Amino acid sequence: MTVMLEIKDLHAAVNGKEVLKGINLTINAGEVHAVMGPNGSGKSTLSYVLAGRDGYDVTQGSVMYKGADLIALAPEIRAREGIFLAFQYPVEIPGVAGTTFLKTAYNAIRKHRGEKELDAMQFLKLIREKQKQLDMTDEMVRRAVNVGFSGGEKKRYEMLQMAMLEPALAILDETDSGLDIDALKTVADGINALRDPGRAMLMITHYQRLLDYVVPDFVHVLAGGKIVRSGDKSLALDLEKEGYAVLGTAAA
Amino acid sequence: MANISESETIGAATTERYKYGFVTDIESDTAPKGLDESTVRFISAKKDEPDWLLQWRLKAFRQWLDKADEEPTWAKVNYPKIDYQDSYYYSAPKQQETLNSLDEVDPKLLETYNKLGIPLQEQMMLAGVAVDAVFDSVSVATTFKEELSKHGVIFCPISEAVQKHPELVKKYLGSVVPVADNFFATLNSAVFTDGSFVYVPEGVRCPMELSTYFRINAAQTGQFERTLIIADKGSYVSYLEGCTAPMRDEHQLHAAVVELIALDDAEIKYSTVQNWYPGDENGKGGIYNFVTKRGACRGRNSKISWTQVETGSAITWKYPSCILQGDNSVGEFYSIAITNNFQQADTGTKMIHMGKDTKSRIISKGISAGHAESTYRGLVKVMPGATGARNFTQCDSLLIGEKCGAHTVPYIEVRNKTAQVEHEATTSKISDDQLLYCRQRGLSAEDATTLIVNGFCRQVLQELPMEFAVEAQKLVGISLEGSVG
Repeated sequence: MTVMLEIKDLHAAVNGKEVLKGINLTINAGEVHAVMGPNGSGKSTLSYVLAGRDGYDVTQGSVMYKGADLIALAPEIRAREGIFLAFQYPVEIPGVAGTTFLKTAYNAIRKHRGEKELDAMQFLKLIREKQKQLDMTDEMVRRAVNVGFSGGEKKRYEMLQMAMLEPALAILDETDSGLDIDALKTVADGINALRDPGRAMLMITHYQRLLDYVVPDFVHVLAGGKIVRSGDKSLALDLEKEGYAVLGTAAA
Repeated sequence: MANISESETIGAATTERYKYGFVTDIESDTAPKGLDESTVRFISAKKDEPDWLLQWRLKAFRQWLDKADEEPTWAKVNYPKIDYQDSYYYSAPKQQETLNSLDEVDPKLLETYNKLGIPLQEQMMLAGVAVDAVFDSVSVATTFKEELSKHGVIFCPISEAVQKHPELVKKYLGSVVPVADNFFATLNSAVFTDGSFVYVPEGVRCPMELSTYFRINAAQTGQFERTLIIADKGSYVSYLEGCTAPMRDEHQLHAAVVELIALDDAEIKYSTVQNWYPGDENGKGGIYNFVTKRGACRGRNSKISWTQVETGSAITWKYPSCILQGDNSVGEFYSIAITNNFQQADTGTKMIHMGKDTKSRIISKGISAGHAESTYRGLVKVMPGATGARNFTQCDSLLIGEKCGAHTVPYIEVRNKTAQVEHEATTSKISDDQLLYCRQRGLSAEDATTLIVNGFCRQVLQELPMEFAVEAQKLVGISLEGSVG
């Protein structure tokens, strides 16, 4: 099996304060991993470190992506190399049409891969196919990026971007937060449609309910900046029943 | 707006330096350096002007001398004192006689246009835009005249209009911007060299966008354009003005005057993309742009709309204004002012409500990066007779980096109780979250900035004619180069 992401003894600090304290995690192509954990355990920090956010500094350890050092790469290079982060709080970009934004991103990635950029007509054809699967209208994708979107619309727009950009490694940061049950199902369908032997996924979530719809191959529990337990889907159910308190003081 | 081409143009734009920095070697037929009465007479004689215009110029020149102490200092811009005697006031490309076709134009001139990416032939064929090309101070090529004359539209250099349509020029010249209006306008009135003249007859909708490319070329030549546009009753015209200039070390003064007159039910749409040389990263060089632009909505239900994208010049001092005289007339001002490095812009508008039920709308988007300072300065004035007047003003400022500044200086004077005046203002920065979001999708920091800024400017960009909107979006990228990262 191809190793997609290999995290070894990862320590990371945010504004000088250490948040991740020695994470080890290997994700192979085709696998879906869920990382769960209480608030403040470092879940979002992990996703930002992988995306390369400024101010999230790796102080120790290594992250290898497709066999190469990930940490040295600028955020946009990581993206072009196939890493996609579905944001917990997608940001508004007033005045920039969703289609324009996505086409710019799409072509930046194609260009990086040495592929021909799509013209407007080709792109619109492609996006129409994908938006249908996510139950999105033309009007919705043409609106300014995330401006005036409901919570569910924002998450669906993230999923649309993921479907268009076809990442090798998708990181979904609390994609289930703020969704009602119908929206959750739509988003989960979108994720499941993208499960692929060549693609790895890392789902970060506080609650296990998303995992009812997107069944992970592995579940990890993050607490106090470390992975304290790993298992299969049943681990998530145990946590749901018993709460994070069973993990002891490290999770408090 | 041009969603389709936006990403391409932005992609191309961000990799470019100021690419219009070159000088065409053409011998100038130049007036001696300095400014006195003989300079004014020289210019007038060169143009073979009638005596009334020479007298008009001389009157202006004498008033300008009286105004020696009245060079405006209230704007938030700093520059060393200008020595008006250390400049040339007239230079023209050499040409034998009036030209009938492009074949007769100096090939070097055509080459310059080619470098600018605006070959006339291509424009004539592809864009359907009539181009009155101003090279330095003399217009050398005028196209689409036949098509326009079929509709009775006059579009020609103002020097030609003085000869052929003296009654129109005499009637309207200085009627919106009086000779004594302000220091720079008075100077322009004395020494203006050329510019465009447009007259659209009653009931005519001008069949094409009228476009003029201005270009400053000879070293140390102040450029004094004079433009006069008259839309007669029930007519419509859209006029585009775009500028580029070669790189220069010395500061160059530009003091144009533009006058618009809209009669009953007439509409004038005036769009500008201005990207004159802004100076280098250290603030060396660049154009001084001290312009007086004003439109008079003389007639009932008339409308004047200014749209400007100001990205160039070291210093911009510019307040395209509307005098809303006719009842129910409308004035609009849409502006994008981008300043980077050490650029300074003090720009805005004046909306003077005189007629009943007059309306004005001001949308101003200021973007500052580097060490630049950008000021919106706007006056909304409602006179006692302007019952039912309404104004809406929105001023948004966007800051990029830590060392730039944005200022908003609204003046509101209301002398009629029925008036409604609204003013909204915001100041924001491009957030780290926005940048990360874009970069996580594969955009470089520069491309992300350009995209975000274009979004910020969208309300104004969509007011521009299509081909101008594309150019303007490119300019946004070029102007902000080096402002991120």
